[in-house]
Amino acid sequence: MKKHVLGPVALAVLGLTAPLALHADDAANGGSMIVTYKDDVSTLDPAIGYDWQNWSMIKSLFDGLMDYKPGTTELINDLAESYTLSDDGLTYTFVLRDGVTFHNGRAMSADDVKYSLDRVTNPATQSPGAGFFASIAGFDEVSSGDAQSLSGVSVVDPKTISISLSRPDATFLHVMAINFSSIVPKEVVEEFGEDFGKNPVGTGAFELTDWTLGQHLIFSRNEDYWKEGLPNLDQITFEVGQEPVVALLRLQQGEVDIPGDGIPPAKFVEVSNDEQFKDFIIEGGQLQTGYITMNVKMPPFDNKIVRQAVNMAINKERIVRVINGRAVVANQPLPPTMPGYAPDYEGYAYDPDAAKAMLKEAGFGEGFETELYVYNTDPNPRIAQSIQQDLKAIGINASIKSLAQANVIAAGGEADQAPMIWSGGMAWIADFPDPSNFYGPILGCAGAVPGGWNWSWYCNEELDAKAVEADAMTDAAKSAEREQLWREIYLSIMEDAPWVPVFNEQRFTMRSPAVGGEDAIFVDPVHVPVNYDYVYSTAAQ
Amino acid sequence: MSIHLLRRIMESLLILLGITLVTFLLLYLLPADPARQIAGRSATVETVENIREQLGLNLPLYQQYWHYLTNLLQGDLGRSYLQKTEVSELIASRLPATLLLMAGAIVCELIIGLTLGVISALWRNSRTDRILTLVSFTSVSAPQFVIGILLLYVFAVKLHWVPIGGYGTFAHLILPALTLGILGAGWYARMMRSSMIDVLEKDYIRTARSKGLSRGRILFRHVIPNAILPIIAMIGIDIGLFMSGIVVVESVFSWPGIGQLAWQAIQRVDIPIIMGVTLVSACAIVIGNLLADMVAPLVDPRIRIR
Repeated sequence: MKKHVLGPVALAVLGLTAPLALHADDAANGGSMIVTYKDDVSTLDPAIGYDWQNWSMIKSLFDGLMDYKPGTTELINDLAESYTLSDDGLTYTFVLRDGVTFHNGRAMSADDVKYSLDRVTNPATQSPGAGFFASIAGFDEVSSGDAQSLSGVSVVDPKTISISLSRPDATFLHVMAINFSSIVPKEVVEEFGEDFGKNPVGTGAFELTDWTLGQHLIFSRNEDYWKEGLPNLDQITFEVGQEPVVALLRLQQGEVDIPGDGIPPAKFVEVSNDEQFKDFIIEGGQLQTGYITMNVKMPPFDNKIVRQAVNMAINKERIVRVINGRAVVANQPLPPTMPGYAPDYEGYAYDPDAAKAMLKEAGFGEGFETELYVYNTDPNPRIAQSIQQDLKAIGINASIKSLAQANVIAAGGEADQAPMIWSGGMAWIADFPDPSNFYGPILGCAGAVPGGWNWSWYCNEELDAKAVEADAMTDAAKSAEREQLWREIYLSIMEDAPWVPVFNEQRFTMRSPAVGGEDAIFVDPVHVPVNYDYVYSTAAQ
Repeated sequence: MSIHLLRRIMESLLILLGITLVTFLLLYLLPADPARQIAGRSATVETVENIREQLGLNLPLYQQYWHYLTNLLQGDLGRSYLQKTEVSELIASRLPATLLLMAGAIVCELIIGLTLGVISALWRNSRTDRILTLVSFTSVSAPQFVIGILLLYVFAVKLHWVPIGGYGTFAHLILPALTLGILGAGWYARMMRSSMIDVLEKDYIRTARSKGLSRGRILFRHVIPNAILPIIAMIGIDIGLFMSGIVVVESVFSWPGIGQLAWQAIQRVDIPIIMGVTLVSACAIVIGNLLADMVAPLVDPRIRIR
């Protein structure tokens, strides 16, 4: 694609079609882009960062042993060149890639892998991801403070690391692909201490070159990146403190390339009808489910029939319309793209009359009063009103408690506080594409504790045992069997109805004509909102 | 004078102490658990407990407050729970932007407010006066958000005269300073009007007129300098009023000041930042009032301090 042989019209046409024609591998390097966010970036420490804003930034600064194929949920090796699993399914041995250096120029070795895993599990690090590593041998000792180092992780030689588990864990390779497993250099972490998150050094495609608090962060291309030809861009500027509406206006004026907070709900219809920009909005699925919890410890939701009746009373189609159709209706906890999803399951039909009859059968013919907790940002209060209206139709008077996110989370973590919660804004987005990730903290017994995230307080020990059994199936040949077991678990949960699964949100990313890349990387399921490493500048092509 | 100053400073310190106590109590009563927020959704109960212990959140309230105060005296405002940065660093990085915006806003406020006040007073009870009165009342009570978005839409989006939000150049300052200025200008206009009317009726103005001085000379030499005296003290008090407006205006215009920091912290219940910003705002208000008190007798010797 040589510019001098093309006329301006042809160039304009190519500009539009380029994303389809160009692949990351043959995109020319160079150029820059601007991404905006409303809030400040909290931390870029991979052991601590756990919000959707810093998640993909950390992914561009750091690498781990495993990763996902760009734009997909398919596991691939990253810093690990290869790995083997012992016959008992308990020991993984990873051989590290040659020639990988940190941003400070030092070569990465197996000692760094051990240090990183010890650090993330050490309680002093206060990592929100420590729990993911519970299956590594020695985790309990480190977690309780009795040991400083994971006994299960040992350096075989500078290029080989062996990780032993205390129990077979089919999700372990996914855990090695999440940000918490990123490899960090010990000397830099020790130099900066608690401020490592402001001075991150990793092996990733970009390095942080400037962070002006409250204003912007600048990521520059890592010239020594081990992946040939990547990243495409020379520089990314993240401007913070920009209201989403203002960011959108700036994008339309050509000042910004990606509004990181997405398209504001109130503006969605307007921009999707805008001739000039509608082709620059990319839609993709995500591993998310929005649901209503019913606290099974609080009457009358301790009655299964009442919970089933509520499941039949909610008009999910209308709720999807409330958010301008940016979701698909859900009938089970797992989203459709997750392994273990039951495509044939029909779920509870929307049938207010039948729901009313069921309430009567349960002894609540006159209905009852209850409370619906909701996070107070748009569109959640509007969704709550829609739910309130549906409940009213079958005789349930639900008063809406619209609160700050932290307060809703706090109420959900008490056994006797929140009878119902609309999960919007705090809904479960999978940490990794495995059905087990939708169970433990939000539907299993482990989460049904004070301060836990299982806000329906549903605890079925029989299902817990099945979940353990499913996660012990590490043999790849048994993956179909494992998926089936998970499917059964989720369908049993639906029978008990502690949730009303409402919708699976679709993601919409808007980009400016100045940047391109395959559509999949703008709605990458792992890098939210965008897989920065693969975005290219159309001006550089 | 120095005893008075000392007494006022002591009073101010007590007020600030009271503010830390009230804010601390209010935030303590919030049903949000910082340890859970930090620990995240996959954390075990032990992890949450561990974090609570490290942050000292398991201690009784009075001990937590005592720790906060002793740290404060050493200049330590604590560390943000969610941003993982020293609060003092966060505030220091944003204070220059806020001070610049305030200075810009005060200039706008004085220019707009005083001009409107002078016009109103000179054409007292005319149609112009009535319209200006209406405008100043409306501007005082208009939501900052609405004025901000309106200005942004007209001057940045439609006319392209100024950038759409951001920070760094003089052009970036115009709209946010104007928004804050318009909102405060109403007060100044009312104050200036009544002060002017008061002065215009004074004997020395009548004397000046009878001496045959020109209208302009009377106005700029005798009326305005005398009428403006009460306004000067108001600027100090105004700093307090600005603190509330600044939260909204900074958010609308993506202005990286402490108002925006406060707004982000409130939404995420990041208690150390909320405490820090509250304290800084309280200091600004207290110092503003103190300055107003101190400056008033200097510009108008009739005001005596007892």
